[in-house]
Amino acid sequence: MQHPPNSSRRQFLGLAGGAAVLGALPVVIVRPAEATPAMLASAIQTVTGGAAVRIGKVKLDIPPLVENGNTVPMTVSVASPMTANEYVKSIHVFNEKNPQPNIGNFHIGPWAGRAQVSTRIRLADSQKVVAIARLSDDSFWSASADVIVTLAACTEEVN
Amino acid sequence: MASALINVPAKAGRGDVIEIKTLMSHIMESGFRRTAAGEIVPRDIITSFTCRYNGTEIFRADLFPAISANPFISFFTVAKESGKLEFEWVGDNGFASTASASITVE
Amino acid sequence: MIPLRAIAAAALLAAVPALLAAEIPADQRRSGYSFMGPDSKAMQDDDTSNPGMLFVLDGEALWNQKLGSAGKACADCHGDARESMKGVAARYPAFDKALGRPVTIEQRINLELAQRQEMAPLAYESRDLLALAAFVANQSRGMPITAGDDPELKPFVEKGRALFMQREGQLNLACANCHDDNWDRRLAGSPVTQAHPTGYPLYRLEWQSLGSLERRLRSCITGVRAQGYDYGAPELVALELFLMSRARGMKMETPAVRP
Repeated sequence: MQHPPNSSRRQFLGLAGGAAVLGALPVVIVRPAEATPAMLASAIQTVTGGAAVRIGKVKLDIPPLVENGNTVPMTVSVASPMTANEYVKSIHVFNEKNPQPNIGNFHIGPWAGRAQVSTRIRLADSQKVVAIARLSDDSFWSASADVIVTLAACTEEVN
Repeated sequence: MASALINVPAKAGRGDVIEIKTLMSHIMESGFRRTAAGEIVPRDIITSFTCRYNGTEIFRADLFPAISANPFISFFTVAKESGKLEFEWVGDNGFASTASASITVE
Repeated sequence: MIPLRAIAAAALLAAVPALLAAEIPADQRRSGYSFMGPDSKAMQDDDTSNPGMLFVLDGEALWNQKLGSAGKACADCHGDARESMKGVAARYPAFDKALGRPVTIEQRINLELAQRQEMAPLAYESRDLLALAAFVANQSRGMPITAGDDPELKPFVEKGRALFMQREGQLNLACANCHDDNWDRRLAGSPVTQAHPTGYPLYRLEWQSLGSLERRLRSCITGVRAQGYDYGAPELVALELFLMSRARGMKMETPAVRP
């Protein structure tokens, strides 16, 4: 599997930098096996059951160059009248290269008034993020975004 | 010491689409980090977030380790009647936390 | 493995000895806020989406809680922090007459807890100490920094300045090389700021938690591969004092959000 050119550097600096959220417990980030495109496809399949996924209707707002991969603001919105007859049932977000492919599933309905969800996500490396919406007629629509993730300039020593 | 910050407009017109913003204090330990000794730091995340509007579920989120620490979640709902919005976060290791906010709809 | 860009930067800076650190003119000073993207700014601007505010809330709870063997709350003497703590953090680190040296807000809190509440000091970077510091500093939000004015602090400010200008570490870089001479350029994709500590303790996205200026300084010092200082070391206090006095007049932003 092709590793991105700076993955070993991230691994080393991750080893050097895994500090302190746990206080006394020194923590090290060693990158486990990346999710593969096959894992991503399989995770999407679990949601869609193999149904066709069309591109459109969904807008994925995510900075193309993130300031920090630990906390990436993301907004998914779906163009839908959100009436009793035509609405968004759920929104599912996936990623390509984190250790596992799921990010979150959001369940809404016509009572939402607007099909839009915002949250903050972690991205382990530069990768593709995919958002899939399930509409009331059980059709699936998607959008994806390529995101570049750089390292924080000064990582911490484990001590 | 779990604290939550909720942003719900205090007042809204009937039929207005309002945005609800929530922020919950939680480490969201991914379960993919290791200690210096090489042991996995066990996963400890919020797995589910629900919002009920006068008892009816209006929003539910399944969360995974890819959600950042101190999860911020915002969503929309139609202001249909005055009453209470109740929020619940549930997660690993028996984590459970609730919060609520009132809204006046005229 | 040392990042190649950093080696190149160090070589460039070492090869130009005449490049003396020039202080940033007062009217060109910019908060780290201005170097962030719109999403991070939005995170800081909204109190209900700023994760640092979770810590401020925790700090408020602690402020009102009976603590220590004396069973006293900060509020018992200081009342409403909104009044009593207004402007306080903006003039820290401040001179402590009994100790004969400057102390940071975190150190002041621990001194008070020991004296008034009769309890053991809270560990540096512990959640409780950060929460109290954030709550106190939040009461100065929007106010101009006044730190370093006290004439008794002069030798310590000078010590901080000397540390700021001193090349150190395997990369042989001084704080000034980046933060006075190369601000607004980029290091590994991130903008180099002017290093004004206007928003501490702050929520750093890299930490996914609130942290103190000392934590940030320790990371920077590790970043140039220099021998680190312990939390509370006089060198870190002197640096903090110098940085705050260098930012005098800029507005406090605690709790800031930074990448």
